[in-house]
Amino acid sequence: MKATVHVTLKNGVLDPQGKAVEHALTTLGFEGVGEVRIGKFIEIELAEGALKTKENIEDMCKQLLANTVIENFDVEIIE
Amino acid sequence: MKAAVIVFPGSNCDRDMLVGIEHSLGRAPEMVWHKETELPDVDFIAVPGGFSYGDYLRCGSMAAHSPIMREVVKKANQGVSVLGVCNGFQVLTEAGLLPGVLMRNRSLHFVCKDVHLKVEDDKSIFTNKYSHGQAIRVPVAHHDGNFFAADDVLKKIEDNAQVAFRYCDSDANVTDAANINGSRNNIAGIFNEKRNVLGMMPHPERMCETPLGGTDGKPMFDALVEALS
Repeated sequence: MKATVHVTLKNGVLDPQGKAVEHALTTLGFEGVGEVRIGKFIEIELAEGALKTKENIEDMCKQLLANTVIENFDVEIIE
Repeated sequence: MKAAVIVFPGSNCDRDMLVGIEHSLGRAPEMVWHKETELPDVDFIAVPGGFSYGDYLRCGSMAAHSPIMREVVKKANQGVSVLGVCNGFQVLTEAGLLPGVLMRNRSLHFVCKDVHLKVEDDKSIFTNKYSHGQAIRVPVAHHDGNFFAADDVLKKIEDNAQVAFRYCDSDANVTDAANINGSRNNIAGIFNEKRNVLGMMPHPERMCETPLGGTDGKPMFDALVEALS
C-alpha cells in the first residue's frame, strides 16, 4: 500500500523555473506551449494497518511535505 | 550576553557567525549541534547560513523540524533574541517564527555579491545602532532569497513595520533594479511581531572587519551585546 502526493505552487505564485522551462520548450521549436508550472511528486510506502487514512497523509503534507504559504497538495491512497 | 550558534549538517556560515559575534562580544558563543534537545541558558541565538540537510525538499524545511529547533522556537516565544541569516532565515520561516517564504531567485541564478540595504528600523535590539533610511553594504550569497508572502500577510508585515531591511542602491533608493532576487517590496529582512526575531538573507557577520571588506555588519552585533549584557 502506498500514498502518492502531488505538491504544486498555488495560483498567482511566480514560478521562475516553470518560466525558464516554458521559454526553453518554445526555443526548441515546440509550438503552442502555454504556461509551465513545476511541482513535486512524492511516493510514500505505507506499512499495512498503519497511517492508512488520507488525513494521516494530509498531516504529513501540512507539517513537512508542503509549505502551505505557497503550495497546494493532493493526496491519493493506492491499495 | 550569552550567545549560541546552531549548527546543522550542511551549515557553512556557522564559523563566520561565531567570529562575527566574538568580534563584538570578546568571547566565542556556544556552538550547539542540531541533535541537542536542550539549549544552554542564552540571551541570543543565531541560526547561520549554509545548506542545512542539503536543502532537501525545500530550503530550511528539514532543519525546521530538527530536535534543537523545537527548543529555539520555545526560547523565541519566551522572548529570547533570535537572528537567522540566509539559510537561517529560511529555517525560521519554515519553523513558523517568521511569516512568508523564500523562493528561488527571480533570475534563477545564485547571487553572490555585496548589496546595499536600506535600514527601515533603527529601534529594535538588532538595529538600534543604525539610522533609519541609512544604506549599509553587506554581502549576499544565495539561490533562494526571493521573499514571498500573500497580499494579506504582506500588508500586515508592512502595517506593523516589521520590515528591517530592503534592497536598495548605494543612495538608499529602493528600486526594482536594486532588487537582486525579486523579493516582494524589496524585502531583505523582517522581524516577527514581537521584534525579538530577525531573519535576513544578507550576511552581516561577514562584514565585521575592515580586512574582509567593511564593517557595516558590526553595529548589529554591537547593539545586541550592549542590550543583552
